[in-house]
Amino acid sequence: MAPPAGRPGAGYAMLTVLFDGIASGMLLFLISVGLSVTLGLMGFVNLAHGAFAMLGGYVGVLLLGPGGLPFLAALPLVMVVVALAGVVLERLLYRRLYGATHLDQVLFSIGLILMSIATAVYIFGDQQQPLTLPAFLRGQIAPLGFDIGVYRLFLVVLGLCIALALEWLVQRTRFGARLRAAVDNPRAARGMGIDVDRVFTIAFALGSALAGLGGALGVEVLGLDPGFPVKYIVYFLIVVAVGGSGSILGSLVAALILGIFDVAGKYYLPEVGAFVIYAVMVAMLIFRPQGLFGRGRAH
Amino acid sequence: MAGPTEAVGAPPAPAPRHGPQRAPEPAREPALQHAPQHAPQHAPQHAPQHAAQHAPPGAAAAALARAARWSWAERAFWTLPVLAYFALPQHLVLLAQIAITGLFCLSLDLILGYAGIVSLGHTAFFGVGAYAAGLLASHGHGDPLLGLACAAACAGLLGYASSFLVLRGSDLTRLMVTLGVAMMLYEAANKLTDITGGVDGLSGMELEPLFGRFRFDLVGRTAYIYAVAVLFVLFWLARRLVHSPFGLSLRGIRLNAGRMPALGTPVNRRLCAIYTVGAAYAGVAGALLAQTTQFVAVDSLAFPRSAELLLMLVLGGSGNLYGALIGTTVFMVGRNLLANINPQFWQFWLGLLLVLIVLFARDGIVGAARRLRRRLGGNGPPS
Repeated sequence: MAPPAGRPGAGYAMLTVLFDGIASGMLLFLISVGLSVTLGLMGFVNLAHGAFAMLGGYVGVLLLGPGGLPFLAALPLVMVVVALAGVVLERLLYRRLYGATHLDQVLFSIGLILMSIATAVYIFGDQQQPLTLPAFLRGQIAPLGFDIGVYRLFLVVLGLCIALALEWLVQRTRFGARLRAAVDNPRAARGMGIDVDRVFTIAFALGSALAGLGGALGVEVLGLDPGFPVKYIVYFLIVVAVGGSGSILGSLVAALILGIFDVAGKYYLPEVGAFVIYAVMVAMLIFRPQGLFGRGRAH
Repeated sequence: MAGPTEAVGAPPAPAPRHGPQRAPEPAREPALQHAPQHAPQHAPQHAPQHAAQHAPPGAAAAALARAARWSWAERAFWTLPVLAYFALPQHLVLLAQIAITGLFCLSLDLILGYAGIVSLGHTAFFGVGAYAAGLLASHGHGDPLLGLACAAACAGLLGYASSFLVLRGSDLTRLMVTLGVAMMLYEAANKLTDITGGVDGLSGMELEPLFGRFRFDLVGRTAYIYAVAVLFVLFWLARRLVHSPFGLSLRGIRLNAGRMPALGTPVNRRLCAIYTVGAAYAGVAGALLAQTTQFVAVDSLAFPRSAELLLMLVLGGSGNLYGALIGTTVFMVGRNLLANINPQFWQFWLGLLLVLIVLFARDGIVGAARRLRRRLGGNGPPS
């Protein structure tokens, strides 16, 4: 599968690939940014984060297909449902393991992954789920001379908006200040009268909601089948590891780099596969264990 | 965890305090002289202290030797595979798989249960061993023991090389590095179809008879005896290892890695060593599976297998060699019984079980058994 070189616009094809990479990077960002808080900041090794994205995907498919809701109306609903699931799980289960060893957290979240996969297979079967995009998000446009999928453009714009909103939320609002305080030093934060448990629950719910949104938006790009949480787990972990703990800008940049390399790698070097990405991750972790934009905190 | 913790806590301490120059015999006399002077009121507190302070330098060795003795329960345990051979002749294939997976689980127990290295990619070594033995056999070197040795060497080498990556950083980095290494190997095996057969798997092995005499039959009799024998030999070695001063230092590292250098333990070197040993063990397990099934699937490198392995270990109880074997047996038998009904069903309950173990029964079956025995007034089973 050689790149379509020689055709007029081969350079533009490269730009299209680049743009596709950015779009899937945005999805990875949406899904992983919640993990960068739970794993990166709170130090909870939540390998089951992808399960929330998968839940979002299935809820989205249900709402759009049998539910018959319009696309844009379904997205907030997806977020609400997944956020609720996140709150319930956090209150009932995750909370008990905040102080546990990493091994316990790993085992616990692997258990959740297995349960989520089995449930998804039981309800939906193990085939890929189809999702019909609304007419205004289909097709291609070429405003700058190269082809851009409208849906990809939509993803990029939405991702940028959410990244900006999150940055504002964490840096400028009272909730963001509380979150940063609760994460940096929970005891001192409690002493200052911050309800740390509640802050964590809200952060967890928000992260889940964004993962769910990413999952629902990603049905078209990343696909959706019960193997989703395992298939992309390494990608989410890479975003957190490379982006650094809890840094929104870092997660964004890491996700974009990963998305571009992934799409370009699959397009130009399909025989190498994901090998390069894993190699880069291992090298990254060895030379900069705190991530590209990390705050230098060791966990 | 009764045995190991005591052993780690007590023995290394007295030696530096008194220094090696103090001979064990004279130590007794001051104890006898001082005891009456120090008045009866102090006697109760003093007695144990004296015992600890004046413990001869060989006390640690004695404690180790005591822990290393084979108890009747262990001997009884090892009669089970023999009994199973005669009692369940129609299930020998499954039994051989249990023995092999038990060995694999044992290898994870060495690095996780004893040394505390959390790994999500232990299948890397299993897969490397399986491919090493499989490739050797399919290229005309069908001697089983040669295959085992080669697999152990390859996996051990990879383990040694990657141990330096694993040593860097925290638990989280370790998790991701081990996972990343396993994923890289999976991708490599998946793509290098000329060598590994890719998703179709590696087949076409021609195995010579064991020792030139015992053919691998279809019923799996030779395979079973072979697997159990290898398991027993390696178990015996591992048991020697964990009851040696080396094993003791590993447990010390797991319990408090920061303090062990103060006792003169080269922490990194010890961790490298045990990681290499664990990798070689996993390689042998992989080779056994390749040889007895005459097939290597690319799935032997995949992530779910690592997760399953962790589950087996915590089910049985990590940090205990028998925990690994018991967990594997329970898991494999359970899967065989339940997966016939419905594989998804099995996966769901597996996940639930894992969550429940983490929340409520962290020390697994062996831990539960030990608590039960303690309640009944007995001593804990050996570790």
